Amino acid sequence: MENRTEIGVNHSGMQGSPDADDMLENLKLTKPRRGDERALAKVRAEYGEAADPVGTLPDPQEGATAMLMDKLGERLAFERSGTRLYDALLVKCETLGGAIPAKDVQHIRDEEATHFALLGAAIQSLGGDPTQQTPGADVAGVEGMGLMQVLTDPKTTLAQALHAILVAEMTDNAGWEELITLTEQAGNDDLLKRFAKARDEEQEHLEKVQRWYKEATQASMQA
Amino acid sequence: MQSLFENRGVPLERQGFTWREMVQKPISKLDDDAYTRVRIILMNGIENEALRFSHAAARMNKALQVPLAQIRRIEQHQATLINWLIGPDHSPLETTIAYEQVAIDVTAAVAMNEPDAYLAQVYRFGLLEDFDHMYRYSALLDRLEGKDANNILQSYTDILPGRPTIDEHRAPVDDLRKPYNRKKAAPLSKMHALTIMAAEQQTHNFYMNIGPMYADPVARQLYAEIASIEEQHVTQYESIIDPEETWLEKLVLHEAAEVYNYHGCMEQESNPRIKAIWERFVDYELGHLQLALQLFKKFEKRDPEEILPAELPERIPFASQREFVRETLAGEVDLRADGTEIVPKEKESKASLEYRKAVNADGSPSETVSAGYRWAPGSELKLKAA
Repeated sequence: MENRTEIGVNHSGMQGSPDADDMLENLKLTKPRRGDERALAKVRAEYGEAADPVGTLPDPQEGATAMLMDKLGERLAFERSGTRLYDALLVKCETLGGAIPAKDVQHIRDEEATHFALLGAAIQSLGGDPTQQTPGADVAGVEGMGLMQVLTDPKTTLAQALHAILVAEMTDNAGWEELITLTEQAGNDDLLKRFAKARDEEQEHLEKVQRWYKEATQASMQA
Repeated sequence: MQSLFENRGVPLERQGFTWREMVQKPISKLDDDAYTRVRIILMNGIENEALRFSHAAARMNKALQVPLAQIRRIEQHQATLINWLIGPDHSPLETTIAYEQVAIDVTAAVAMNEPDAYLAQVYRFGLLEDFDHMYRYSALLDRLEGKDANNILQSYTDILPGRPTIDEHRAPVDDLRKPYNRKKAAPLSKMHALTIMAAEQQTHNFYMNIGPMYADPVARQLYAEIASIEEQHVTQYESIIDPEETWLEKLVLHEAAEVYNYHGCMEQESNPRIKAIWERFVDYELGHLQLALQLFKKFEKRDPEEILPAELPERIPFASQREFVRETLAGEVDLRADGTEIVPKEKESKASLEYRKAVNADGSPSETVSAGYRWAPGSELKLKAA
């Protein structure tokens, strides 16, 4: 795998195709009946009205809200999956070389795992079950599927992998901010302190990943 | 339930669906009981086997083509309604965990209740292989997606090594078993065999479809490896069914197996909305069975009572079979195959040993994915952090 955008034949576009003119005839050959995308929107809205929630959560204990418990579960799932994304990134760093120090990636990976454990303990301290997949955790899992695919694909470059990690870290930072707001509202100073430290670490991750992404993109141009 | 011969269900001409009915809201991955999902997966397998069998029968029997096409149209839509009940928040790998839960808990229940000792052994043999797949896929789910397989299993089913997948690769001749005798076998044996064959066949199809959707080369390898075992399992389970049964005899048994399984699902379903679907489909299948019985009488001029009991046999229970599986694991994990016989490890056929050596020569995906893996609540990451 070369760590750059390579030059070669790409058949997906029309301009190089000898059949492009025939293809354009489709515009004249199709005479659609009236209507537009609003037909789809209508069906989606109807299903939306009838839909059940993704899942539910048990009654929270005093000092916690259902939203806080859901967000804690969501962050826990995100950090656990994030650890695995960094596991995959490490392979890319080691096999594709480049300027990104594997030990820094390993450090972030370990902090993600620590945050996963921190969130598990926090859920337990609030009377929750850290093994429960909360609705937010479930949805975050769906979101993360594309990122996992990019990170584990042998064909993706370091810059492409870092772009996916950047999506994760930007979302992660927003998620921690929201979690801190909810924890403040619940008046739990002890958790607030621990979460603030985790958020600071996540901000560092984001800064590093942004820098690596830029560097890797530039490096792949020069390669 | 009335006699299978007297209860006529809903006539085929009164059966039908709209797209809205087929595409209903899915079950909740988080809130519904795991066995609701197990039943959905099993019945999707039963319907897909009905479709595949019906196509094969139509290709070989001109006179049956019209009635088979008519039944198939309804079965296609039944299969759609059922399969679309699985929510899209399941990743393909999470659905895989659920497929293996079907393979373990349904096969274990069948093995426990199977009256024929040889067939029961065949089910236990296959069971320990699917049991190992659960362990390998759980490792992949944790290490690739960062998720806990037990969110799907809901603690009903163990995640432990079984007969190692690396050792499950056999020469084709060692996957064939001896068939039951169609004239002597208990009706329950026939229902069991069709049910497990259908479940394994759909598992094979599922893995063949989703394996290449993963980017991760380890995931692609693992699906390739386990799909190959599922193909062996289809070979095994179809070979226990008497090949002397006529096309129409098999058609009647397929329809009876559908009535039997929907009835079992209906009686045990905890979700009222899904229970109503099972109930409706029991009536639909009784209608299909009636049609199959008419064809059987018309073309074979035989009494259906020769091949079918008036009463349905005891239903397959949907429940955790942890104790039975652990006992089987302790006693039979080292069994292997030699032709149609299940034998101790040291008597395994040379052909299988040679094939295994060749296919595993570049490494073993199932061993790679689970190197040092032990399931822990939440993730193995927790264990490592502790």
